[in-house]
Amino acid sequence: MVSTLTTNERLFALIISALVSICGLALAAVGRQDLLAAQGFIIMVFGLACVFAVAQGFYEPEPSKERLSSYYDDPIKVGIALAMAWAVFAMFIGVWIATLLAYPELTFDQGWASFGRLRPVHTTGVIFGFGGNALIATSFHVVQRTSRARMPDQLSPWFVLAGYNLFCLLAITGYLMGITQSKEYAEAEWYADIWLVIVWVTYFILYIRTIARRKEPHIYVANWYFMAFILVVAILHIVNNLAIPVSLGHAKSYTVWSGVQDAMVQWWYGHNAVAFFLTAGFLGMLYYYLPVRAQRPIFSYRLSILSFWGITFFYMWAGSHHLHYTALPQWVQTLGMTFSVMLLVPSWASAGNALLTLNGAWHRVRDDATLRFIMVAVVFYGLTTFEGSFLAIRPVNSLSHYTDWTVGHVHAGALGWVALIIFGSFYTLVPSLWKREHMYSALLVEVHFWLALVGTLVYVFAMWNSGIVQGLMWRTYTEEGTLAYSFVDSLVAMYPYYIARAFGGLLFLLGAIVGSYNIWMTIRATPLTSRREIDVPQSGAVVVPGE
Amino acid sequence: MDVDHDTLVAFAKSWGLFYLIALSLGVLIYTFWPSNRKKFERAKKSIVEQDDKPWR
Repeated sequence: MVSTLTTNERLFALIISALVSICGLALAAVGRQDLLAAQGFIIMVFGLACVFAVAQGFYEPEPSKERLSSYYDDPIKVGIALAMAWAVFAMFIGVWIATLLAYPELTFDQGWASFGRLRPVHTTGVIFGFGGNALIATSFHVVQRTSRARMPDQLSPWFVLAGYNLFCLLAITGYLMGITQSKEYAEAEWYADIWLVIVWVTYFILYIRTIARRKEPHIYVANWYFMAFILVVAILHIVNNLAIPVSLGHAKSYTVWSGVQDAMVQWWYGHNAVAFFLTAGFLGMLYYYLPVRAQRPIFSYRLSILSFWGITFFYMWAGSHHLHYTALPQWVQTLGMTFSVMLLVPSWASAGNALLTLNGAWHRVRDDATLRFIMVAVVFYGLTTFEGSFLAIRPVNSLSHYTDWTVGHVHAGALGWVALIIFGSFYTLVPSLWKREHMYSALLVEVHFWLALVGTLVYVFAMWNSGIVQGLMWRTYTEEGTLAYSFVDSLVAMYPYYIARAFGGLLFLLGAIVGSYNIWMTIRATPLTSRREIDVPQSGAVVVPGE
Repeated sequence: MDVDHDTLVAFAKSWGLFYLIALSLGVLIYTFWPSNRKKFERAKKSIVEQDDKPWR
């Protein structure tokens, strides 16, 4: 790891790590009795661990110039490992909290194990830990390959990866202690948010610098999606997290937005987190790994451009559909509803484009579980975007909102689309990255596929059932005009669905564990392939540093 | 000047509309511009080529 850094970069890495640990120490000191002190301590330990890691390899020989004639893949490999570790951890928490809803005594009377604290650990763990690391890793891979250029330096990808994971670590440890901004998908407090801005801007600059070095004249469409993802997430994160801490020694802060503006900013953020974090970035993955795996170019490149601009400009306006029947002005609700329905067009354009790419290669979808992962992900993308447009319609929303239908919709997207496209991409990427002929076990990929698919279906069907039952029970009136059911009545009716949901989640978790084992064994066990010698740096080539 | 609901609606119905139409026209022209066809064809084919090192 450190041996691939130049001496200068090692020095900078050491300085940055030391600065991080000093900042952590400072927070620990000014935090005193506040929870902030514990968070500062975590930052300090993380910084010191990085100092030691860099110091250990500091006097190793410098990497040769030949490195410049190959892509820089080390951070991608670590990113994949981190993503899978986060997946197993966060999906385990997911199964736990799903079980909590059926068996509430499983908190074991611990404050940190209460539903309210574990839920953001689950959501942050899967979205940012699993999804985010997968996006960072695959974007580093895709941008280098499609630009035919190596990343401009060796330090900034490591800074992005390590810094991002520090953010995730701060976020989830904070939630367990009871720190939260109470903003969905943005629960992390001000110090972690500031740190993420620094990391994210570095990520954006790194991406642009790599693209600027490209040897391909045209920027491939996958990069557009990745760039939209990075740029828009930066904007969303900054605006939604504008807050003033109680003092520099307190973890608690108060947002600068108030009342309905706060709600609108939050859901502008929240829905665009779905749009640009969970959709645009993963469409970037799709537009690269699907053609590569199927060995067929995308069906229509022009359609991919049109749907890119459609998605980018429609999604921005859709957030207010989260606030139907609230204090938000009616016309803003209608605006969000209209754009949500219009969104179906570019969304289905992408899904159709992907499926038509596979037209003529269906026998490969049948035989190759990896390609099937990607294909089923596209189907779920199509279904979920349709469901999303439907749920955004105000009268439909009056039935579905606040029920488990929303939870089912999110998981159809998160399990069926996001997780499956990640697994499909990883099974494509891992053998090529570690220069193996194939995955350790094709059978285990197959097992993973069926566990994931069945788990998702069980989950989604359970939530559709419980969501619609809930919605109907809440709006059923007696002849006297009073509510026919109490809230607890509807809760009791949910019991079988909550058990089914936990079981579906468990299957999905088992699949992720099988996948992690398979990836691990591919890295460890399978012998090196001889076919991919083209990836070995050629000696004697004239290489200009920084070129 | 007092910025109220009507001001925003007037703005959205004029400038907002023009800017979205201009944008979609721009995208359509770019996508279907005849000389771009070759570039797009190359881009979509080049990623499936078996070549795993940077170009110089």
